[in-house]
Amino acid sequence: MSDFVQSLRLWFAPQRIRDEGDTPDYRFSLANERTFLAWLRTALALIGGGFAVDQFLPDLRWGVRVGLALALLVAGVLCALRAVNHWVRCERAMRRNEDLPVSRFPAVLSLAVAVVALAMVVLVVFGWAGK
Amino acid sequence: MSPADEARDPGLQPERTRLAWRRTTLSCTVVAVLAMKATVSDEVTAKEVTGWALSSLVWIAFLAVAHRRIRSLGPARPLPLSHRGALLAVVCTIALAVFGAAVIW
Repeated sequence: MSDFVQSLRLWFAPQRIRDEGDTPDYRFSLANERTFLAWLRTALALIGGGFAVDQFLPDLRWGVRVGLALALLVAGVLCALRAVNHWVRCERAMRRNEDLPVSRFPAVLSLAVAVVALAMVVLVVFGWAGK
Repeated sequence: MSPADEARDPGLQPERTRLAWRRTTLSCTVVAVLAMKATVSDEVTAKEVTGWALSSLVWIAFLAVAHRRIRSLGPARPLPLSHRGALLAVVCTIALAVFGAAVIW
């Protein structure tokens, strides 16, 4: 947890990162930035999915629809926060010439998306069967 | 290696980063349009106008961040992304999600 607080402080105090280590090759920084943007797009896609569930599956029961939509929106927010956190940590690791940080977030997110997708399939199939 | 070779990165890293920003702006546009669609109904009320205004504001903010960054990627050896830019982009994304939660609720 203190690790998290420490990286949270790094988000808002960029000069503390600049004080450390050497500036990496600009190409590595740009690659890190593109990874950050790819995660941000993933977050935007999840948020868009939340909107889509709410708008394009009106036949679902209110609780199920809102629950699914909120789950997707929350996943999107977590993904965006994690994107900036990972970007900062990678930037710092490159300056210190350390190994890049590892993360279990991609695996967790994949599982969560798989669960939501399965839930959607079940709901849509049974929703249609019930009519 | 001649100076011309040095000026142009054979891996086109700045170009690729610029295109990544464009793709991300496109994703943000799609989500902003979905957010606007979520607020639309038959009559125009204060709630709808607020929804439209908020989602356009977030979209314009993201556009501004992306535009600034794309412009700063012009030189052959661009500086890394600023923390402020990264945080603003993330805040725009989260604002859209919060807005969505408010509309759905």
